[in-house]
Amino acid sequence: MAFPALTFVAVFSLYPAMDSFLLSLYSDFPGPERSFVGFGHYAELLQDAVAHQAFIVTLGFVLFSTALELLMGTGIALVVHERFRGRGWVRAAVLIPWAIPTVVASQMWRFLLNDQYGAINAILFGDRVEAYVPWLADPWMAFGAIVLADVWKTSSFAGLLVLAGLQVIPEETYDAARVDGATAWQRFRYITLPLLKPALLTALLFRTIDAFRVFDLVFVMTQGGPGDATQVIQFYGYKTLFTEGRVGYGTTISVTVFVAMAILSLFYVRTVGSKLLQREPA
Amino acid sequence: MTNRPALISGILLAVLGSLCPFLWFALTSFKSQIQVEAIPPTWWPDGSLVFYASALVEHRLLHYVTNSLIVAGATTVVALVVATPAAYALARLRLPGKTWILGGLLCVAMFPPIVIAGPVWQILERLGGLNTHWGLILPYVSLTLPLAVWILTTFFHELPVELEEAARIDGCTTWQALYKIMLPLAAPGLFTAAILTFIYAWNEFFFALLILTDPERQTLPVGIALFQGEFIMPWGEIAAASVIATLPLIILVLLFQRGIINGLSAGAVKG
Repeated sequence: MAFPALTFVAVFSLYPAMDSFLLSLYSDFPGPERSFVGFGHYAELLQDAVAHQAFIVTLGFVLFSTALELLMGTGIALVVHERFRGRGWVRAAVLIPWAIPTVVASQMWRFLLNDQYGAINAILFGDRVEAYVPWLADPWMAFGAIVLADVWKTSSFAGLLVLAGLQVIPEETYDAARVDGATAWQRFRYITLPLLKPALLTALLFRTIDAFRVFDLVFVMTQGGPGDATQVIQFYGYKTLFTEGRVGYGTTISVTVFVAMAILSLFYVRTVGSKLLQREPA
Repeated sequence: MTNRPALISGILLAVLGSLCPFLWFALTSFKSQIQVEAIPPTWWPDGSLVFYASALVEHRLLHYVTNSLIVAGATTVVALVVATPAAYALARLRLPGKTWILGGLLCVAMFPPIVIAGPVWQILERLGGLNTHWGLILPYVSLTLPLAVWILTTFFHELPVELEEAARIDGCTTWQALYKIMLPLAAPGLFTAAILTFIYAWNEFFFALLILTDPERQTLPVGIALFQGEFIMPWGEIAAASVIATLPLIILVLLFQRGIINGLSAGAVKG
């Protein structure tokens, strides 16, 4: 019964991943001159300053965006976990950024940050047009802009994973703490936070893995620029593979990304995923 | 933990922060060209529909909407038809290596798209699937299957086994037990999986960009990302197209907020 599903995954995910590895061992362009180069491309990658920069930008993006998303997500979760009238509407409202297509969110932030017509400049500087900042033209600001757009779009996703964690904390624990005279902060620090650890870990891993894949935001907002300031690894791989048509080197980049991700996934399955599997009936 | 003022400011912050940026973009879509190019910007629009007219007529927006509906709709149907028996088998039957399959699916769901992009492109080139809708639907089904299978497995898990045992005793085969007994009961799970698959396929950009280079076939995200004016950035039209691309999703979220939240956290925490 599982056969059709497994066939799909095998043909369009597993085989391509393995084929990428094989392709990375051959010279770049298909045709009669194509030759086996072994790990030659991997040696090239070690020397490629642009690729190093792309890895660093990606890591920076992953680090900043996931940290902020966890923080904002926990805040959102604490708010929508409370009981109040209209809670369903509030939950729907915070989910809307998650549902918006990333491409739309990217165009939106690009326009909000526009150096002439953008709302951000208008809010910060009002009529002082001469003070308007071309945010996306500055390397650091452009990097900040893609982090901001990602945090806006996906904090609520992190939030609802944290919310699921909050929901399994029994109410009595808080009642007991209240009887013992614990303040709101103490209840958060000594009850909520420790019990929330698995959910926070799940959210962190999900967001880390997803942030590694960032592409749409960069493609629409900055095209990797200015310079290479926002060129993330997935965008560099895309350019090498599809714009330059360097199949061998492009797949080398993607396999390297894959290995980094595989280690993370394994870590994920080991620590968090095993919980679900343990509950399987023997 | 009822600290009223703190809660109210938290709610306001979360709601305004989530909605305001897009609200401003939506307002932009109802402005006139002069208003869009005003420096500093004008906040309130004239209520003009020129950008919608221009997006629909000159930029052939409906065309992209149709393509997106075809791709997202077909992906959802195929993914569910394929995922349901798989999830049932994983939840109920004694399969060898079951935990490995579930764990493997989770790993596959996490592949960075670039890792499979090159070979997927080559497969489709060989099959003649480039610049076709089915050429995009096939990888989409493969990419959405893991989440759909996980959600459905969790759902089947929670249904009482006794129901099927009764059905078996009455002479139902495994397939009949699935279709006659389990499917109607798992309807909420199916629905959640369908919504999440649809949203994924409606929003996906990377593979759509690679596989569909012919504007005739492109989906909404590709159209919106590559929106070009003749001389200036057509911000008004982009905003109008964005509102149209987002409206169905906002409606889905407003109607099915609870199911979406449960579905997304199903594979992750609930277990």
